[in-house]
Amino acid sequence: MKEAAASLAFSGTTTLDASSARDWLELLKPRVVALVVFTGLVGLMVAPGHLHPVLAFTAVLCIAVAAGAAGALNMWYERDLDARMRRTAARPIPAGRIAPGQALGFGLTLAAGSVVVMALATNAVAAGVLALSIVFYVLVYTVWLKRRTPQNIVIGGAAGAFPPVIGWAAVTGHVGLLPVLMFLVVFLWTPPHFWALSLWAHGDYARAGVPMLPVVAGARATRRQIFLYTLILLPLSVLPWALHLTGPVYGVAAAALGAWFVVAAWRVLRDAQDTAGVSLTRDAPAKALFRYSLLYLFVLFAALAMDRLVG
Amino acid sequence: MARGRPEEDAELQKRRRGRNIAMLVVLLGLALLFYLIAMVKMSQGGG
Repeated sequence: MKEAAASLAFSGTTTLDASSARDWLELLKPRVVALVVFTGLVGLMVAPGHLHPVLAFTAVLCIAVAAGAAGALNMWYERDLDARMRRTAARPIPAGRIAPGQALGFGLTLAAGSVVVMALATNAVAAGVLALSIVFYVLVYTVWLKRRTPQNIVIGGAAGAFPPVIGWAAVTGHVGLLPVLMFLVVFLWTPPHFWALSLWAHGDYARAGVPMLPVVAGARATRRQIFLYTLILLPLSVLPWALHLTGPVYGVAAAALGAWFVVAAWRVLRDAQDTAGVSLTRDAPAKALFRYSLLYLFVLFAALAMDRLVG
Repeated sequence: MARGRPEEDAELQKRRRGRNIAMLVVLLGLALLFYLIAMVKMSQGGG
């Protein structure tokens, strides 16, 4: 089966025929979409006001489809990089199962469709922020920053921070202080999350010529930056509670989760390393931090939703 | 389309069927969603 599948790309078959439904789904980066959908859903849940369940479902679906579309457009633009990186070489475009033009059309169609349906089902503000998030991810992060600066993740991370704002705007028709603070939480969470990954995947990035921080500034500087960002993230994540925008359920959860994030980042900083900063533990603390960062965001937003439910 | 080996043809058929079923599900889902959105919007008195 695998042999037959592999031979299809070289047997004169069109790439459309070689693709399966799973390949098109993979183009939408479903694992990234899951996190985006969750933060968007929480933004929608904590917003004051009421949205009919059908429209709320549609809003979350539009956030998911828009994130998937941005992922597809990212894979279309980065097909040359993906082909050079072990982690991404088997993706549908570099593997020859989906043609670049098909992926581009697929991404553009879904992007436009998600924005239009969001506008029709909810309001223009939510649709506008949704469109902005797609443009930010595709043009600002993928096209402009990623190959040019080691700060690509810092600025580009804003793209993944929009969903709570979109969810909130879908209900209220405007953007409030709480979703802006949640935007900042995801914005500051993104660099330590991705830099932890890049600490052990930097060989792939170096081969592909992507200037990720460990490639450009070294592992030691990356560990310092990770720690610095978690130090800023901790007080910022507690700020919604301090400003009485949330209750103690969120506040206590944010303080505890943030404190553990700092501890995990401290372990990365103090990881046993040689004089060049190369980890002697196969980056075990960085891998632990990466896993924890995912849990952190899920639990933090779950606590925010729970806070609103019990409050 | 050039004909390949029988196992390749079977694999292509399988993938095409999978894509077609996925497209059917998506289209039916969209039709239902648009219908429900229209009903909700009308019950709320406009768009």
